[in-house]
Amino acid sequence: MKLAAGLSLLALLVAAPVAVATPTGTLPPAPPEVPAPLAFTAVDRPGDSGDAILLTWGDPPDLPADAVIEIRRAQPPADEWTDLAKVKPGVGQYVDTTARDGNVYRYEVRVRSAGTADSTGIAGAVGPPVVSDPAASHDNWFRAERTNSFIAMGLFTGIILVSIQVARSGRPLFIRKIAGLNAVDEAIGRATELGRKVLYVPGIASVNDIQTVASLAILGHIARASARYGTDLDCPNRDPLTFVSARETVRSAFLAEGRPDLFREEMVNYITYDQFAYTAAVSGRMVREKPAANFLIGHFFAEALIMAETGQSTGAIQIAGTADPAQLPFFVAACDYTLIGEELFAAGAYLSREPVLLGSIRGQDLAKALLLLFGIVGIVAATFGITWFATVLNTR
Amino acid sequence: MSGLDLSFGKVALFLCFGLLPIAGFLLGLRAPSIRRQGPIILAFLAGIIPILSIYIPKRFLAHPEMGMSPRLDQYLIIVAGFALPLGIVNVIQNSSRKAIRRETGWPFAVVLLVGLFVMGSFGIYGAWTGEGIGFRVDGTSTPFKWMEENCFKPLQSTIFALLAFFMASAAFRAFRARNAEATILLVAGVLVMMGRVPLLEFIATPFPPLMPAAAAASQWLGKLTEWIMDVPNSAAQSGIIIGAALGAAAMAIRVILGIERSYLGLGKGD
Repeated sequence: MKLAAGLSLLALLVAAPVAVATPTGTLPPAPPEVPAPLAFTAVDRPGDSGDAILLTWGDPPDLPADAVIEIRRAQPPADEWTDLAKVKPGVGQYVDTTARDGNVYRYEVRVRSAGTADSTGIAGAVGPPVVSDPAASHDNWFRAERTNSFIAMGLFTGIILVSIQVARSGRPLFIRKIAGLNAVDEAIGRATELGRKVLYVPGIASVNDIQTVASLAILGHIARASARYGTDLDCPNRDPLTFVSARETVRSAFLAEGRPDLFREEMVNYITYDQFAYTAAVSGRMVREKPAANFLIGHFFAEALIMAETGQSTGAIQIAGTADPAQLPFFVAACDYTLIGEELFAAGAYLSREPVLLGSIRGQDLAKALLLLFGIVGIVAATFGITWFATVLNTR
Repeated sequence: MSGLDLSFGKVALFLCFGLLPIAGFLLGLRAPSIRRQGPIILAFLAGIIPILSIYIPKRFLAHPEMGMSPRLDQYLIIVAGFALPLGIVNVIQNSSRKAIRRETGWPFAVVLLVGLFVMGSFGIYGAWTGEGIGFRVDGTSTPFKWMEENCFKPLQSTIFALLAFFMASAAFRAFRARNAEATILLVAGVLVMMGRVPLLEFIATPFPPLMPAAAAASQWLGKLTEWIMDVPNSAAQSGIIIGAALGAAAMAIRVILGIERSYLGLGKGD
């Protein structure tokens, strides 16, 4: 027994020589281990145009409060790691936008805790690094996150095309009357009777604005009517591209009506690129030349009310149209007729009375009804706590 | 040749919007029908490329710097740069003719021409001397900047300031209670105006005992205003925006497919 006790004491002494050597006789705390990030992956970011690699990881449990995740990158065959970024825990992902297509990279993530001492007692302990598989970026063929938008676009286009086909078959379509558009001929007729000109303002935006394209479509019809009646037309412009396009539209319209002799270059004229100088010039023309009919159709900003009120003061019949909700109240207050939102885009088709174009308006109405149905279903679903419907319709 | 970047997107854009219009123009000299088809084909290409780039992120199509779609936007700026001189020439032609023929408002045409040439000369002078059109190094204004600050901007502000008076006259006309809808508009408008300013407190200022009641009523009006703006007003605006978005999409489809041609001045059978 004495021998066994002696051997045990010897074994203890061998196993813990430091403890025995410590002057105070107590054990120091072992350095806490900084954990490693979990499930680290580096892959090409999906649905992009290349030059980006997506890094994802999970935060380990028991992370120190002051921990940061360090991200480093190496480009094989070289093994030199370069610092890429430091992110806070909880982010879980990082996109390396400095990557270049065709290059292969490896990534490393590790946790650094400024307040934790390492085994040598120096603050700023670093956890074990986790290295990714080699990854390379490339451009992709489809943005998967926009699948819902793609389906919606396909559905909408399909409805429009089917409606156009139905219209082509000769089936009568009911299109509700739009008072503002029915008044177009009346306005031009009034100008003809009074022997005064028709003033057409196509907004102040350029032709890359769909409202300007819609406005040019209406200008085409008004120019044709002017050519038929022999009425003078004045179309002042603020944007140089709109000016060039509008001139071609009016020229073609007079040509199509067989009255190229009535077309004059100065009918469509350029004024200035400055918004308020343009407003002053148009308002001045309204007051001095007193056109019998003013058309203010397109994309307008602060000048909308100035022009509409000036035109109203001259006693001209005024037809306005815009899809901008901020300017609509001014037009409604100051003009005789206003094309509100979608009516502006339907105007070209409505005025043409072409079945094919009217079919597209019908399709647009069907799509709107479908959207309304989706909205109602979404409201009901959200009311009952079902959120998947809203999630499915969420676009990115 | 090493500096020449012939990426697929660049070459495709050059073919679509450089060679195709020229080819269309040359062919159109003999056949007018081809001349009419040219713009429709170009509209199709210009419309379909940005749509494809939304869903297909391939580098040649959608890359922010090298893609065909962002490049098309740059093309627009270049084309606008060419269109601007046409506009200036048009201004000079129209104003000169008006001044020479003493047409209605000819003095304004003279003022316009003088302004155009004076400002243009100062701009060219700034470019010629290298001092630009802003401030000089010593902080003084260049002639262009002086004219802009002392003539152009005050005139601009004057026109903008007219908005306040026109808003009052438009509101007066819109708020006349002619029928049920106009009456609703009038009541809603008055409530919103009262809710946005401390009108009741102002009225109650000479009567201190009424101040607490006025403050409470004002607070209630503020909440009512918020409700009017956030619920009925927002719902109506959303309806207009959704309708306009669908209308714009339908219009875009018509233009891209060449069904809508009235923006080219063409109609049925043309």
